[in-house]
Amino acid sequence: MDPLALARWQFAITTVYHFIFVPLTIGLAPLVAGMQTAWVVTKKERWLRLTKFFGKLMLINFALGVVTGIWQEFQFGMAWSEYSRFVGDVFGAPLAMEALAAFFVESVFLGLWIFGWDRVSKKVHLASIWLFALATNLSAFFILAANSWMQHPVGTIYNEETGRAEMESIGAVLTNNTLWAAFPHTIAAAFLTAGTFVCGIATWWMVRLVRSKRPENVEKARTVYRPAVLVGVWTMIIAGAGVIWSGDLQGKLMYEQQPGKMSSAEALCEGTEAAEFSILAVGPLYAGCEDVDHLISVPGVTSFLGTGHFSGPESYLPGVYDVQEQYTERYGDVTASGEPVTYTPPLAVTYWSFRLMIGLAVFSLALALAALWATRKGRVSDNVWLSRLGLVAIPTPFLACSFGWIFTEVGRQPWVVAPNPTGIDQVRLLTERGVSTAVPAGVILTSMIVLTLVYAVLAVVWYRLMHRYAVEGVPDSVRDESPEAQEPDDTDRPLSFAY
Amino acid sequence: MDLAILWFVIIAVLWTGYLVLEGFDFGVGMLLSILPRGGKEQRDKERRVLINTIGPVWDGNEVWLLTAGGATFAAFPEWYATMFSGFYLPLLIILLGLIARGVAFEYRGKISDARWVRRCDVAIQAGSWIPAIMWGVAFGNLVRGLLLDADHQYVGGFWALLNPFALAGGLTTLVLFLLHGSVFVALKTDGDVRVRAGRLASALSVVALVVAGGWAVWAQVAYSVTWTWAAVAVAALALVGVVVAARARREGVAFTLSAVAIASAVVLIFGSMYPDVIPALDGGEALTVAEAASTPYTLTVMSWVAVVLTPVVIAYQAWTYWVFRRRLSSKDIPAPAGLSWQKIKDAAF
Ligand code: HDD
Ligand code: HEM
Ligand code: HEM
Repeated sequence: MDPLALARWQFAITTVYHFIFVPLTIGLAPLVAGMQTAWVVTKKERWLRLTKFFGKLMLINFALGVVTGIWQEFQFGMAWSEYSRFVGDVFGAPLAMEALAAFFVESVFLGLWIFGWDRVSKKVHLASIWLFALATNLSAFFILAANSWMQHPVGTIYNEETGRAEMESIGAVLTNNTLWAAFPHTIAAAFLTAGTFVCGIATWWMVRLVRSKRPENVEKARTVYRPAVLVGVWTMIIAGAGVIWSGDLQGKLMYEQQPGKMSSAEALCEGTEAAEFSILAVGPLYAGCEDVDHLISVPGVTSFLGTGHFSGPESYLPGVYDVQEQYTERYGDVTASGEPVTYTPPLAVTYWSFRLMIGLAVFSLALALAALWATRKGRVSDNVWLSRLGLVAIPTPFLACSFGWIFTEVGRQPWVVAPNPTGIDQVRLLTERGVSTAVPAGVILTSMIVLTLVYAVLAVVWYRLMHRYAVEGVPDSVRDESPEAQEPDDTDRPLSFAY
Repeated sequence: MDLAILWFVIIAVLWTGYLVLEGFDFGVGMLLSILPRGGKEQRDKERRVLINTIGPVWDGNEVWLLTAGGATFAAFPEWYATMFSGFYLPLLIILLGLIARGVAFEYRGKISDARWVRRCDVAIQAGSWIPAIMWGVAFGNLVRGLLLDADHQYVGGFWALLNPFALAGGLTTLVLFLLHGSVFVALKTDGDVRVRAGRLASALSVVALVVAGGWAVWAQVAYSVTWTWAAVAVAALALVGVVVAARARREGVAFTLSAVAIASAVVLIFGSMYPDVIPALDGGEALTVAEAASTPYTLTVMSWVAVVLTPVVIAYQAWTYWVFRRRLSSKDIPAPAGLSWQKIKDAAF
């Protein structure tokens, strides 16, 4: 068996899996911090109750983000050692900064938050969740700096003697324009995910309580869940706008930096002006773009995404063939077996993942509008369809995020470090050259199977716990455990929030 | 060159931080079935006492490992690449252990169900015993040297890693962490648990003196340079100190000294490796600090980052230890707050 194929599958499985938990943590942490702030500022108990409820869901999710991240930190060296040798001088720096600047803050202050309700003052406790939330977002910045460098290497020269990439400017690496488009896009997507999650659960509960018709339930729906629905709705609206704005930014950069990725997003064979954006394509995409029919197309949109022009000469997009020709001329790499390299990613994957990323956001949009309408002017709703929409919408941004990454990473193939068209040409690496040479296929196969099984078990546990805690709902009463609210000599009380 | 040496030292410091801190939380995890006594309910309470002593801090302790990994990648890419691809299977086992225990810590109290809790306890223990042994095996191999080819690829295979010296290294870290953990429990708890942990610590301290002392002398004689005798001596003195302090119930002193013993072991390990990051085994090539290092520019950047951030990290991490300084006992532990699975069945989704 081919160690390369196994290593790729393993990387894809473990990384996409890690990124199931990541967006929810990134988006939910600031929302929980916001709810706690609302409690501290307004002293309204409902915000404390919501903080505890969504805080628990956040913690269940965070645990898996952490443990799957442990593997991430080491797998470059384990399965991609030649990649690590080539890029380490540049790529290792943001990774180490992420650990020092973000992971320490994350883990230490989350520990303080979980165990510190009755230990530190309200202000310090609130500060600790904010620090945690900031650190999750900061960690995204550093890891995306690393990833953006692979998409578009800057601040780097190639050392002929060692055959390695060498960093010339950390400033350039951290101000990479690819990074400054990918970072807002990923963060906005994370907030969209968390907003949909909060809104979906709160909507389901609101409808459920209103339908019970018991006055105290309807009251709870109005005073506790309705505000949470609105927190979700406004998060979705703002984040949704951010996703579109930053996605457009990324499209423009992609056109300059990885033109092949743009054409393979549309499975476009020949270069053309006013390139259409198709909603549906039929035909053997896996075999290339030849016999593919693009049905239901919107004229000019793909061109606009790449160039900012719907039509005219400036809207010209190169096709997959043009890119193949250009790259062959410029790089002319051959594979290990001596074949010329195909500079086209698997089109079926790029085409569909790009559409699904964008298309799945429809559910969040529908939920946001429906929930906004249903809760207008202080109303609560008993519409079952609304609560069903809430539940259906919850998984869709998770899927959109996965498809976004699959598009970004598969679209970069055959490169693991894509050449920068305006930079130093030699700073580039084919994926097949990055895999560890000292690790036999059987070993990678073993780890892939074991990790997949372990991750599958964890996914079931995670889902059941999230589900169970969501069904439990917001607690009816909570105690203010802060030191300010305690009797002075009450030192023998049990600990709060213990394991 | 000088920066490369500085970074070799920084990596050693990061491993010291990791092994000293996670060392005691491995120890606590391993003691989960050993220390608690009494009826079923009392035993579960005492288990929760143990877990809660490290509850707020274990994740922060583990980040020292992630930082050591990331810093090795940044400062010594060749070392990161060769070592982790060479140690693929052992590292996989360690990471699986860390995954299991992390999840189990967080999820154990979430569901109130005896079977669930028991499974989590198994995961915590497996995830503590296995890495506690395997880290020693890994470092034993680094001290002894690995078989590398001219391209600095590890070619020795998996079974060669299980040689007597490395296995003895595994036994050494195991005993040291058990000791460190029981001293920590004695320091952090009150009541019966504290008494039992103290007794166990004073028994283990003698075992640790023999096992760790023996391994250190073996490493020193077979693989090291003269100056690391100083580290061996400090480790031995510290362990003698633990024996005395544990008898005298001076828990703070005992804990400090067991930390010093672990730190000296790291000094011995890194001292014996220098000037290589992976010493050669007969017939192979060594990977030296200079060969493995990143460019001076990268090392300069990383030095600034480390110099600015590390003291800040240490300061706030130490502060949280201070916030959670209170001793715990089984009477502090509230009734389990986890939910039962039941309610899912009557919910609509
Ligand atoms: C855009 C954001 C993002 C991306 C692309 C990645 N991660 Fe991640 N990672 C996070 C955002 C994040 C986070 C939000 O900071 C997490 C997720 C949930 C969590 O618990 O922290 C985290 C956790 C996390 C941890 C555990 C940290 C701890 O113990 O607190 C490690 C070691 C990594 N990640 C490493 C990686 C590596 C090596 C990646 C590259 C392949 C990677 N992550 C992709
Ligand atoms: C710093 C961050 C990242 C690095 C260094 C990185 C690196 C790599 C490498 C080395 C491969 C193997 C080559 C290949 O299989 O094509 C790969 C593939 C892949 N990565 Fe990334 N990646 C990063 C982030 C991510 C993230 C966050 C995701 C999404 C969750 C992701 C999704 C994928 C996918 C889906 C593949 C498989 C592509 C394929 O096999 O064709 N990557 N990446
Ligand atoms: C109008 C809508 C959108 C547009 C135009 C858009 C555009 C893009 C583009 C061009 C990329 C590839 C960047 C590259 O390879 O360099 C990308 C990646 C990505 N997208 Fe989107 N996107 C949209 C909606 C969404 C939605 C709704 C989500 C998730 C909720 C999402 C999540 C992601 C993620 C996680 C990535 C990978 C990370 C990155 O490269 O930033 N996107 N998007």
